[in-house]
Amino acid sequence: MATMNMVQALNSAMDVVMERDPNVVILGEDVGYFGGVFRCTEGLQEKYGEARVIDAPIAEGGIVGCAIGMGVHGLRPIAEMQFADYIYPGFDQIVSELARLRYRTAGDFFAPVTIRAPCGGGIRGGQTHSQSPEGIFTHVCGLQVAMPSNPYDAKGLLISAIEADDPVVFFEPKRLYHGPFDGDPEKPATSWEGHPLGEVPSGYYTVPLGRAQVLREGADVTVLCYGTMVHVAQAAAELAGVDAEIVDVRTLAPLDTATLAESVKKTGRCVIVHEATRFSGYGAELAATVQEECFYHLEAPVTRVAGWDTPYPHAFEWDYFPGPRRVAAAIERVLEAA
Amino acid sequence: MTPAARFHVPHPSARPGEAPDFGYLKLSAAGAVERPAPDAHVHDIEHLAYGLVRVLDDAGGAVGPWVPSLDGETLREGLRAMLLTRAFDDRLLRMQRQGKLSFFMQTLGEEAVSVAAALALEPGDMLFPHYRNVGLHIARGHSPVELMCQCLSNSRDMCKGRQMPIMYHWARGNIFSISGNLATQFPQAVGWAMAAAIKNEANIAAGWVGEGSTAEADFHHALTFAAVYRAPVLLNVVNNQWAISTFQGFAGGERRPFAARGLGYGIASIRVDGNDFLAVHAVTRWAAERARMGRGPTLVELVTYRRGAHSTSDDPSRYRPRDEWKAWPLGDPIERLQAHLLAGGGWSEADQAALAAECKAQVDACWREALAYGSMTEAPRLDQYELFEDVYRDMPRHLIAQRDALRALADYQPKAAAPDSEG
Repeated sequence: MATMNMVQALNSAMDVVMERDPNVVILGEDVGYFGGVFRCTEGLQEKYGEARVIDAPIAEGGIVGCAIGMGVHGLRPIAEMQFADYIYPGFDQIVSELARLRYRTAGDFFAPVTIRAPCGGGIRGGQTHSQSPEGIFTHVCGLQVAMPSNPYDAKGLLISAIEADDPVVFFEPKRLYHGPFDGDPEKPATSWEGHPLGEVPSGYYTVPLGRAQVLREGADVTVLCYGTMVHVAQAAAELAGVDAEIVDVRTLAPLDTATLAESVKKTGRCVIVHEATRFSGYGAELAATVQEECFYHLEAPVTRVAGWDTPYPHAFEWDYFPGPRRVAAAIERVLEAA
Repeated sequence: MTPAARFHVPHPSARPGEAPDFGYLKLSAAGAVERPAPDAHVHDIEHLAYGLVRVLDDAGGAVGPWVPSLDGETLREGLRAMLLTRAFDDRLLRMQRQGKLSFFMQTLGEEAVSVAAALALEPGDMLFPHYRNVGLHIARGHSPVELMCQCLSNSRDMCKGRQMPIMYHWARGNIFSISGNLATQFPQAVGWAMAAAIKNEANIAAGWVGEGSTAEADFHHALTFAAVYRAPVLLNVVNNQWAISTFQGFAGGERRPFAARGLGYGIASIRVDGNDFLAVHAVTRWAAERARMGRGPTLVELVTYRRGAHSTSDDPSRYRPRDEWKAWPLGDPIERLQAHLLAGGGWSEADQAALAAECKAQVDACWREALAYGSMTEAPRLDQYELFEDVYRDMPRHLIAQRDALRALADYQPKAAAPDSEG
């Protein structure tokens, strides 16, 4: 065990899998010689060569399209989108091709591609370096979608994603790369040092896709969240002085309905938090699921806290970001309901 | 200055009621284009993008440096595959008209584009077709029964009823699945070829798009990646002059041939008579040899003409002269290969008639067999509950629940419909 930040954990995941399986290759902008703009692939080209860690032209549609062809020919490509905000030129290849290839060929062809995409804001990235488009991809059948909230899960989930025969869109909250972030930009940055989930085995292990995790048990209210919002939710519960149960969804598709439902049935109250915009966001799916599964256990309406339905504003990101005060207020509202 | 003076809307040379005019086509005489060595440097062969490689002359002779050394058996195999493709095409079009198929797309007039290429490539080469390439399947020996079963969405449909007719695939025969989203297969073909190179395999990939879809971003992604990684891939643009109702000028073909697009990427680019079986075979073989020796990709523009409708959903007489195909200067690919065989001796009109009849009889027998496996409306049918399979390798819980819900619906009786209900 060693302390790793999320960048190191992701790097270790790719290193471990590339060591075990010669068919694993990485394709993306600046991923090779330079090691990625966020350093996630640092040292991998040196170790595995230019034919396995491949610098790509700036064309996400080409990266995904080629990754599919490589996957069809027996490779196991990891395609890096430099920012999740840049994923849209690859959208057709992901949605119409990657997600549906197995289905449309009745299993005769498939492409085991993992798409890594750094997402989320709070890094002064403005509207084109801050988005959380996960809900767009959870709507696409045939894809698995994951977003870790800590280094341990990041490594274990990424290994599962690379080894999966079905495509995975793997979102990495870049605000968490170097330390947990509870949503208060005034506080000094913290590192993963000393955080229990910053302790990461150096070797092979997996965290299975499709399983949520109760990160903090509590009696008063369930907070369903993922990515950066896991840390924000914990801070919000402390701010509100509430015994909240924090559930890290981790894999958004397929969804671990049972773990969510068990928690909400216990607490009778539910707040859903994500950084992505609210309208038709992933939280709507969570709210509908909770309503269907837990209606007779609910003591209060299910509440969503999300990014406002605006683009991510560069100079006002802390007004936009669903920080601990906004989440705490929602928790209090839900607890005040009869 | 009027707006029209600065805003150009391309117009085809003829619309319905007007005389067909293919004067815009830049043609070369048979045998006129030189054949560089397959390892020629890309900069030294840029002129190939502007010429038109032709081998068969008007008398059925094979002339010039591109004459492939094919024995009579291979030529007859090619003719047979083209005749079988045309018979298949004709039969399924008529069956669509009779309501047996929901949809169909003809290949009429473009048989050489697929058949000659398939015969020029190795069986291990991976093919990424577009929707007018059924000749690839037929030339590689895919059973017409299986292709028909796909079109019928019946109990033997390789796609299990999940794809519209003609969206075939053949994993064992190394032919990829067809997508309705155009040009998506082009970067995929490049990716496959990159993987082949990474694995140090001799096999190459080949992809096809229509000239209309060269406007898609994926076309350009494919050229960029193929050029950058010098991928062993053949990128074929089938220029059949029409993209549904828009002529090739709307894809940007008015001023330069589509082959010339490759030059900007530093890709070897060549234009070939797509209705000339020998020329398509020779150019495909040449480009494949380049790819196998590490010289990278080749962009091949195949000049041909879409004789039928785009699909069974459009009527071409609404947007182009009804008999435009009769004026097409590059003739019919089957007739031209037949003329060549006849001119060479050892092949007679009687042989020809017998082969055509044999292909037609084979298609008739295949159709009867395919129908025995059902259709979309007639038993035996696919199990509808299989619609939940293959979304993922293992069926997730929510899809199991949805399958159960569909099953339960079979027994559901709305209360108002029950015999003892009031109201």
